[in-house]
Amino acid sequence: MDKTSLNNLTRGILRENPTLVMLLGMCPTLGVTTSALNGLGMGLATLFVLMMSNMAISLVKNVIPSQVRIPCYIVIIASFVTVVDLLMAAYLPALHGALGIYIPLIVVNCIILGRAEAFAAKNNTWQSLLDAVGMGIGFTWALALLGSIREVLGSGSLFGWNFLAEGADTMLLFIMPPGAFLALAGLIITVNQLRKAK
Amino acid sequence: MLDRHPDLKTFLKMTAALLVVAVASAYILAEVYRYTKEPIKAANNRRELDAIAEVVNDFDNDPFAEKMTIYTPDKKSKLQLYPARKDGIVNSFAIKTYTNSGFGGRIDLIVGFYIDGAIKGYKVISHQETPGLGSKITEPKFQSQFNGFDVSKHKFKVRQDGGDIDAVTAATISSRAVIDAIQRAVDAYKNFNTGK
Repeated sequence: MDKTSLNNLTRGILRENPTLVMLLGMCPTLGVTTSALNGLGMGLATLFVLMMSNMAISLVKNVIPSQVRIPCYIVIIASFVTVVDLLMAAYLPALHGALGIYIPLIVVNCIILGRAEAFAAKNNTWQSLLDAVGMGIGFTWALALLGSIREVLGSGSLFGWNFLAEGADTMLLFIMPPGAFLALAGLIITVNQLRKAK
Repeated sequence: MLDRHPDLKTFLKMTAALLVVAVASAYILAEVYRYTKEPIKAANNRRELDAIAEVVNDFDNDPFAEKMTIYTPDKKSKLQLYPARKDGIVNSFAIKTYTNSGFGGRIDLIVGFYIDGAIKGYKVISHQETPGLGSKITEPKFQSQFNGFDVSKHKFKVRQDGGDIDAVTAATISSRAVIDAIQRAVDAYKNFNTGK
Protein backbone atom coordinates (compact mmCIF):
# COMPACT_ATOMS: atom_id res chain seq x y z
CA MET A 1 0.00 0.00 0.00
CA ASP A 2 1.47 3.36 -0.97
CA LYS A 3 1.85 6.27 1.37
CA THR A 4 -1.26 8.24 0.32
CA SER A 5 -3.51 5.23 0.69
CA LEU A 6 -2.10 4.44 4.11
CA ASN A 7 -2.52 8.05 5.09
CA ASN A 8 -6.16 8.06 3.94
CA LEU A 9 -6.83 4.88 5.87
CA THR A 10 -5.26 5.91 9.17
CA ARG A 11 -6.30 9.56 9.19
CA GLY A 12 -9.73 8.97 10.73
CA ILE A 13 -8.58 6.51 13.37
CA LEU A 14 -6.80 8.98 15.64
CA ARG A 15 -5.27 12.04 13.96
CA GLU A 16 -8.55 13.35 12.53
CA ASN A 17 -10.91 11.21 14.59
CA PRO A 18 -14.42 12.33 13.59
CA THR A 19 -15.81 12.19 17.13
CA LEU A 20 -12.94 13.20 19.39
CA VAL A 21 -11.00 15.61 17.18
CA MET A 22 -13.42 16.98 14.59
CA LEU A 23 -16.42 16.77 16.97
CA LEU A 24 -18.78 15.61 14.24
CA GLY A 25 -21.83 13.40 14.75
CA MET A 26 -22.43 14.50 18.34
CA CYS A 27 -26.11 13.48 18.28
CA PRO A 28 -25.54 9.70 18.04
CA THR A 29 -22.36 10.03 20.13
CA LEU A 30 -24.25 11.45 23.10
CA GLY A 31 -27.54 9.67 22.49
CA VAL A 32 -26.74 5.98 22.05
CA THR A 33 -23.67 5.48 24.23
CA THR A 34 -25.54 4.37 27.35
CA SER A 35 -23.81 1.00 27.10
CA ALA A 36 -20.69 -0.35 25.41
CA LEU A 37 -22.72 -2.64 23.17
CA ASN A 38 -25.00 0.17 21.95
CA GLY A 39 -21.97 2.33 21.15
CA LEU A 40 -20.27 -0.50 19.28
CA GLY A 41 -23.44 -1.38 17.35
CA MET A 42 -24.08 2.21 16.33
CA GLY A 43 -20.43 2.59 15.30
CA LEU A 44 -20.50 -0.53 13.13
CA ALA A 45 -23.79 0.43 11.49
CA THR A 46 -22.35 3.87 10.71
CA LEU A 47 -19.13 2.28 9.41
CA PHE A 48 -21.15 0.17 6.99
CA VAL A 49 -23.25 3.09 5.74
CA LEU A 50 -20.13 5.26 5.42
CA MET A 51 -18.36 2.65 3.29
CA MET A 52 -21.35 2.19 0.99
CA SER A 53 -22.10 5.90 0.63
CA ASN A 54 -18.46 6.92 0.07
CA MET A 55 -18.08 4.31 -2.65
CA ALA A 56 -21.39 5.14 -4.33
CA ILE A 57 -20.72 8.86 -4.26
CA SER A 58 -17.20 8.56 -5.62
CA LEU A 59 -18.67 6.54 -8.51
CA VAL A 60 -21.35 9.05 -9.44
CA LYS A 61 -19.45 12.25 -8.61
CA ASN A 62 -18.69 13.07 -12.25
CA VAL A 63 -22.24 12.73 -13.55
CA ILE A 64 -23.97 14.75 -10.85
CA PRO A 65 -24.10 18.51 -11.51
CA SER A 66 -22.64 20.43 -8.59
CA GLN A 67 -25.87 22.42 -8.05
CA VAL A 68 -27.84 19.33 -7.03
CA ARG A 69 -25.07 17.27 -5.45
CA ILE A 70 -26.26 17.70 -1.85
CA PRO A 71 -29.83 16.42 -2.45
CA CYS A 72 -28.41 13.54 -4.49
CA TYR A 73 -25.97 12.60 -1.72
CA ILE A 74 -28.72 12.77 0.88
CA VAL A 75 -30.99 10.49 -1.17
CA ILE A 76 -28.14 7.98 -1.65
CA ILE A 77 -27.20 8.05 2.05
CA ALA A 78 -30.84 7.79 3.18
CA SER A 79 -31.32 4.77 0.91
CA PHE A 80 -28.34 2.95 2.38
CA VAL A 81 -29.52 3.74 5.91
CA THR A 82 -32.97 2.35 5.16
CA VAL A 83 -31.38 -0.78 3.69
CA VAL A 84 -29.31 -1.24 6.86
CA ASP A 85 -32.41 -0.61 8.99
CA LEU A 86 -34.47 -3.24 7.14
CA LEU A 87 -31.68 -5.83 7.04
CA MET A 88 -30.98 -5.36 10.74
CA ALA A 89 -34.67 -5.68 11.64
CA ALA A 90 -34.84 -8.89 9.61
CA TYR A 91 -31.64 -10.64 10.66
CA LEU A 92 -30.41 -8.98 13.89
CA PRO A 93 -33.68 -8.16 15.68
CA ALA A 94 -32.04 -7.94 19.13
CA LEU A 95 -29.52 -5.29 18.06
CA HIS A 96 -32.22 -3.51 16.09
CA GLY A 97 -34.33 -3.36 19.22
CA ALA A 98 -31.46 -1.83 21.20
CA LEU A 99 -30.51 0.80 18.61
CA GLY A 100 -34.14 1.44 17.68
CA ILE A 101 -34.72 5.03 16.74
CA TYR A 102 -31.04 5.81 16.29
CA ILE A 103 -30.58 3.92 13.02
CA PRO A 104 -32.63 6.39 10.93
CA LEU A 105 -30.57 9.15 12.55
CA ILE A 106 -27.48 7.93 10.68
CA VAL A 107 -28.92 9.87 7.72
CA VAL A 108 -28.33 13.17 9.47
CA ASN A 109 -24.98 12.14 10.93
CA CYS A 110 -22.79 14.88 9.53
CA ILE A 111 -19.76 12.56 9.38
CA ILE A 112 -21.36 10.77 6.45
CA LEU A 113 -22.31 13.86 4.45
CA GLY A 114 -19.04 15.46 5.57
CA ARG A 115 -16.93 12.64 4.14
CA ALA A 116 -19.06 12.59 0.98
CA GLU A 117 -18.48 16.31 0.44
CA ALA A 118 -14.90 16.58 1.66
CA PHE A 119 -13.48 13.33 0.36
CA ALA A 120 -15.58 11.05 -1.83
CA ALA A 121 -16.59 13.87 -4.18
CA LYS A 122 -12.92 14.56 -4.98
CA ASN A 123 -11.25 11.14 -4.88
CA ASN A 124 -11.52 7.77 -6.58
CA THR A 125 -13.51 4.82 -5.26
CA TRP A 126 -10.60 2.92 -3.69
CA GLN A 127 -9.30 5.94 -1.77
CA SER A 128 -12.88 6.82 -0.72
CA LEU A 129 -13.36 3.33 0.65
CA LEU A 130 -10.11 3.57 2.63
CA ASP A 131 -11.18 6.95 4.00
CA ALA A 132 -14.58 5.53 4.97
CA VAL A 133 -13.02 2.53 6.74
CA GLY A 134 -10.63 4.78 8.70
CA MET A 135 -13.32 7.28 9.67
CA GLY A 136 -15.75 4.50 10.50
CA ILE A 137 -13.26 2.73 12.75
CA GLY A 138 -12.42 6.05 14.41
CA PHE A 139 -16.12 6.67 15.08
CA THR A 140 -16.70 3.10 16.26
CA TRP A 141 -13.89 2.94 18.81
CA ALA A 142 -14.76 6.38 20.15
CA LEU A 143 -18.41 5.38 20.66
CA ALA A 144 -17.54 1.97 22.10
CA LEU A 145 -15.06 3.53 24.54
CA LEU A 146 -17.52 6.26 25.56
CA GLY A 147 -20.22 3.63 25.97
CA SER A 148 -17.86 1.51 28.11
CA ILE A 149 -17.00 4.43 30.39
CA ARG A 150 -20.66 5.31 30.88
CA GLU A 151 -21.70 1.70 31.39
CA VAL A 152 -18.94 0.99 33.93
CA LEU A 153 -19.64 4.16 35.93
CA GLY A 154 -23.41 4.24 35.51
CA SER A 155 -24.51 0.61 35.51
CA GLY A 156 -21.53 -1.17 37.06
CA SER A 157 -21.22 -3.51 34.11
CA LEU A 158 -19.32 -3.83 30.83
CA PHE A 159 -20.85 -5.31 27.67
CA GLY A 160 -23.70 -6.47 29.89
CA TRP A 161 -21.36 -8.34 32.25
CA ASN A 162 -22.14 -7.24 35.80
CA PHE A 163 -19.18 -6.88 38.14
CA LEU A 164 -20.97 -5.26 41.06
CA ALA A 165 -23.17 -6.90 43.65
CA GLU A 166 -26.91 -6.88 42.92
CA GLY A 167 -28.42 -3.58 44.02
CA ALA A 168 -25.07 -1.80 44.55
CA ASP A 169 -25.17 1.95 44.05
CA THR A 170 -23.72 3.25 40.79
CA MET A 171 -23.26 6.74 39.38
CA LEU A 172 -26.60 6.87 37.59
CA LEU A 173 -25.73 10.32 36.30
CA PHE A 174 -23.45 8.73 33.73
CA ILE A 175 -26.19 6.90 31.88
CA MET A 176 -28.33 10.02 31.78
CA PRO A 177 -27.79 12.80 29.22
CA PRO A 178 -25.64 15.08 31.45
CA GLY A 179 -23.29 12.15 32.10
CA ALA A 180 -22.82 11.77 28.35
CA PHE A 181 -21.45 15.31 28.14
CA LEU A 182 -19.18 14.81 31.15
CA ALA A 183 -17.81 11.49 29.92
CA LEU A 184 -17.28 12.88 26.41
CA ALA A 185 -15.48 15.93 27.81
CA GLY A 186 -13.18 13.69 29.84
CA LEU A 187 -12.45 11.55 26.83
CA ILE A 188 -11.69 14.55 24.59
CA ILE A 189 -9.35 16.03 27.23
CA THR A 190 -7.48 12.73 27.45
CA VAL A 191 -7.17 12.37 23.68
CA ASN A 192 -6.02 16.00 23.29
CA GLN A 193 -3.34 15.50 25.96
CA LEU A 194 -2.15 12.33 24.28
CA ARG A 195 -2.00 14.05 20.89
CA LYS A 196 -0.05 16.98 22.36
CA ALA A 197 2.39 14.71 24.14
CA LYS A 198 3.30 13.01 20.86
CA MET B 1 -19.71 27.78 -8.33
CA LEU B 2 -23.44 28.13 -7.80
CA ASP B 3 -25.17 29.63 -10.80
CA ARG B 4 -28.43 31.30 -9.82
CA HIS B 5 -29.74 31.44 -13.40
CA PRO B 6 -28.75 28.20 -15.04
CA ASP B 7 -29.31 27.85 -18.77
CA LEU B 8 -31.69 25.24 -20.14
CA LYS B 9 -29.01 22.60 -20.65
CA THR B 10 -27.80 22.79 -17.04
CA PHE B 11 -31.37 22.83 -15.85
CA LEU B 12 -32.18 19.64 -17.74
CA LYS B 13 -28.98 17.99 -16.50
CA MET B 14 -29.87 18.84 -12.91
CA THR B 15 -33.40 17.48 -13.27
CA ALA B 16 -32.19 14.30 -14.97
CA ALA B 17 -29.55 13.65 -12.31
CA LEU B 18 -32.02 14.05 -9.45
CA LEU B 19 -34.61 11.94 -11.25
CA VAL B 20 -32.19 9.09 -11.94
CA VAL B 21 -30.86 9.07 -8.38
CA ALA B 22 -34.38 9.15 -6.94
CA VAL B 23 -35.74 6.41 -9.21
CA ALA B 24 -32.73 4.15 -8.67
CA SER B 25 -32.97 4.59 -4.87
CA ALA B 26 -36.71 3.92 -4.91
CA TYR B 27 -36.19 0.74 -6.91
CA ILE B 28 -33.45 -0.57 -4.60
CA LEU B 29 -35.53 0.23 -1.51
CA ALA B 30 -38.59 -1.50 -2.95
CA GLU B 31 -36.54 -4.63 -3.67
CA VAL B 32 -34.93 -4.69 -0.21
CA TYR B 33 -38.31 -4.10 1.41
CA ARG B 34 -39.85 -7.00 -0.50
CA TYR B 35 -36.91 -9.22 0.34
CA THR B 36 -36.91 -8.45 4.09
CA LYS B 37 -40.68 -8.20 4.65
CA GLU B 38 -41.18 -11.85 5.61
CA PRO B 39 -38.04 -12.18 7.80
CA ILE B 40 -39.00 -9.00 9.69
CA LYS B 41 -42.51 -10.31 10.30
CA ALA B 42 -41.09 -13.66 11.38
CA ALA B 43 -38.61 -11.95 13.73
CA ASN B 44 -41.39 -9.90 15.33
CA ASN B 45 -43.63 -12.93 15.72
CA ARG B 46 -40.78 -14.95 17.21
CA ARG B 47 -40.08 -12.20 19.73
CA GLU B 48 -43.74 -12.13 20.72
CA LEU B 49 -44.00 -15.91 20.87
CA ASP B 50 -40.83 -16.08 23.00
CA ALA B 51 -42.37 -13.52 25.34
CA ILE B 52 -45.63 -15.48 25.50
CA ALA B 53 -43.76 -18.71 26.20
CA GLU B 54 -41.97 -17.03 29.08
CA VAL B 55 -45.13 -15.87 30.86
CA VAL B 56 -47.48 -18.87 30.48
CA ASN B 57 -47.39 -22.51 31.61
CA ASP B 58 -46.16 -25.31 29.35
CA PHE B 59 -48.24 -25.51 26.21
CA ASP B 60 -48.47 -27.63 23.09
CA ASN B 61 -50.82 -25.51 20.99
CA ASP B 62 -50.07 -22.47 18.86
CA PRO B 63 -51.24 -19.51 20.97
CA PHE B 64 -50.80 -17.31 17.93
CA ALA B 65 -53.34 -19.22 15.89
CA GLU B 66 -55.91 -19.09 18.70
CA LYS B 67 -55.57 -15.44 19.57
CA MET B 68 -58.69 -13.51 20.54
CA THR B 69 -59.37 -9.80 20.63
CA ILE B 70 -60.70 -8.47 23.92
CA TYR B 71 -61.80 -4.97 24.88
CA THR B 72 -61.59 -2.86 28.02
CA PRO B 73 -64.99 -1.92 29.54
CA ASP B 74 -64.81 1.58 28.01
CA LYS B 75 -64.16 -0.01 24.58
CA LYS B 76 -61.19 2.31 24.13
CA SER B 77 -58.47 -0.34 24.10
CA LYS B 78 -58.27 -3.46 22.01
CA LEU B 79 -55.96 -6.15 23.40
CA GLN B 80 -54.90 -9.59 22.20
CA LEU B 81 -55.41 -12.69 24.34
CA TYR B 82 -53.35 -15.79 23.64
CA PRO B 83 -54.58 -18.99 25.32
CA ALA B 84 -51.98 -21.64 26.19
CA ARG B 85 -53.27 -25.21 26.10
CA LYS B 86 -51.72 -28.46 27.20
CA ASP B 87 -53.53 -31.60 25.96
CA GLY B 88 -56.39 -29.41 24.82
CA ILE B 89 -57.04 -27.78 28.19
CA VAL B 90 -56.33 -24.08 28.70
CA ASN B 91 -53.89 -23.89 31.63
CA SER B 92 -52.93 -20.20 31.41
CA PHE B 93 -53.08 -17.32 29.00
CA ALA B 94 -51.14 -14.27 27.92
CA ILE B 95 -52.49 -10.81 27.12
CA LYS B 96 -50.64 -8.30 25.01
CA THR B 97 -51.25 -4.92 26.56
CA TYR B 98 -49.81 -1.44 26.59
CA THR B 99 -49.70 1.87 28.41
CA ASN B 100 -49.08 5.39 27.21
CA SER B 101 -48.07 6.70 30.61
CA GLY B 102 -44.44 5.56 30.57
CA PHE B 103 -41.74 8.14 31.21
CA GLY B 104 -40.68 7.81 27.56
CA GLY B 105 -44.18 7.23 26.17
CA ARG B 106 -45.68 3.95 25.11
CA ILE B 107 -44.71 0.63 26.68
CA ASP B 108 -45.86 -2.67 25.16
CA LEU B 109 -45.83 -5.76 27.29
CA ILE B 110 -47.15 -9.27 27.50
CA VAL B 111 -48.67 -10.42 30.79
CA GLY B 112 -49.20 -14.04 31.67
CA PHE B 113 -52.10 -15.09 33.92
CA TYR B 114 -52.91 -18.30 35.69
CA ILE B 115 -56.35 -19.60 34.93
CA ASP B 116 -57.68 -18.22 38.24
CA GLY B 117 -56.69 -14.71 37.15
CA ALA B 118 -53.52 -14.29 39.23
CA ILE B 119 -50.53 -12.82 37.42
CA LYS B 120 -47.85 -15.30 36.42
CA GLY B 121 -45.37 -12.75 35.14
CA TYR B 122 -44.81 -10.21 32.41
CA LYS B 123 -42.35 -9.43 29.69
CA VAL B 124 -41.73 -6.02 28.16
CA ILE B 125 -41.83 -6.07 24.35
CA SER B 126 -40.82 -2.49 23.70
CA HIS B 127 -40.22 0.62 25.77
CA GLN B 128 -38.33 3.93 25.68
CA GLU B 129 -37.71 4.33 29.41
CA THR B 130 -34.47 5.91 30.67
CA PRO B 131 -31.65 3.35 30.42
CA GLY B 132 -30.48 2.34 33.88
CA LEU B 133 -33.51 3.82 35.65
CA GLY B 134 -36.89 3.16 34.08
CA SER B 135 -35.44 0.32 32.04
CA LYS B 136 -35.20 -1.66 35.29
CA ILE B 137 -38.87 -2.54 34.80
CA THR B 138 -37.48 -5.27 32.55
CA GLU B 139 -35.32 -6.75 35.31
CA PRO B 140 -36.21 -9.68 37.59
CA LYS B 141 -35.82 -7.65 40.78
CA PHE B 142 -38.89 -5.58 39.96
CA GLN B 143 -40.71 -8.19 37.91
CA SER B 144 -40.60 -10.93 40.54
CA GLN B 145 -43.03 -8.93 42.71
CA PHE B 146 -45.73 -9.62 40.14
CA ASN B 147 -45.26 -13.40 40.13
CA GLY B 148 -48.40 -14.88 41.65
CA PHE B 149 -49.84 -11.46 42.44
CA ASP B 150 -53.63 -11.54 42.56
CA VAL B 151 -55.07 -8.16 41.67
CA SER B 152 -58.39 -8.95 43.41
CA LYS B 153 -56.69 -9.77 46.73
CA HIS B 154 -53.97 -7.10 46.99
CA LYS B 155 -53.77 -3.39 46.39
CA PHE B 156 -52.38 -3.20 42.87
CA LYS B 157 -50.55 0.11 43.16
CA VAL B 158 -47.02 1.25 43.96
CA ARG B 159 -46.28 1.77 47.65
CA GLN B 160 -46.19 5.55 47.21
CA ASP B 161 -49.82 5.37 46.12
CA GLY B 162 -50.78 3.13 49.02
CA GLY B 163 -50.37 -0.19 47.21
CA ASP B 164 -48.34 -3.35 47.60
CA ILE B 165 -45.79 -3.01 44.81
CA ASP B 166 -42.31 -1.58 45.44
CA ALA B 167 -41.52 0.90 42.66
CA VAL B 168 -38.11 0.89 41.01
CA THR B 169 -35.93 3.42 42.84
CA ALA B 170 -36.03 6.78 41.03
CA ALA B 171 -38.44 5.38 38.44
CA THR B 172 -41.87 5.61 40.04
CA ILE B 173 -43.46 6.78 36.78
CA SER B 174 -42.19 3.75 34.87
CA SER B 175 -43.34 1.46 37.68
CA ARG B 176 -46.81 3.04 37.68
CA ALA B 177 -46.91 2.62 33.89
CA VAL B 178 -46.31 -1.14 34.16
CA ILE B 179 -49.15 -1.39 36.68
CA ASP B 180 -51.37 0.68 34.39
CA ALA B 181 -50.67 -1.67 31.47
CA ILE B 182 -51.34 -4.80 33.54
CA GLN B 183 -54.48 -3.25 35.05
CA ARG B 184 -55.71 -2.66 31.51
CA ALA B 185 -55.20 -6.34 30.72
CA VAL B 186 -57.01 -7.35 33.93
CA ASP B 187 -59.96 -5.05 33.16
CA ALA B 188 -60.21 -6.32 29.60
CA TYR B 189 -60.12 -9.93 30.76
CA LYS B 190 -62.85 -9.32 33.37
CA ASN B 191 -64.92 -7.60 30.72
CA PHE B 192 -64.39 -10.53 28.35
CA ASN B 193 -65.41 -13.05 31.03
CA THR B 194 -68.57 -11.24 32.15
CA GLY B 195 -69.57 -10.32 28.63
CA LYS B 196 -70.08 -13.94 27.65
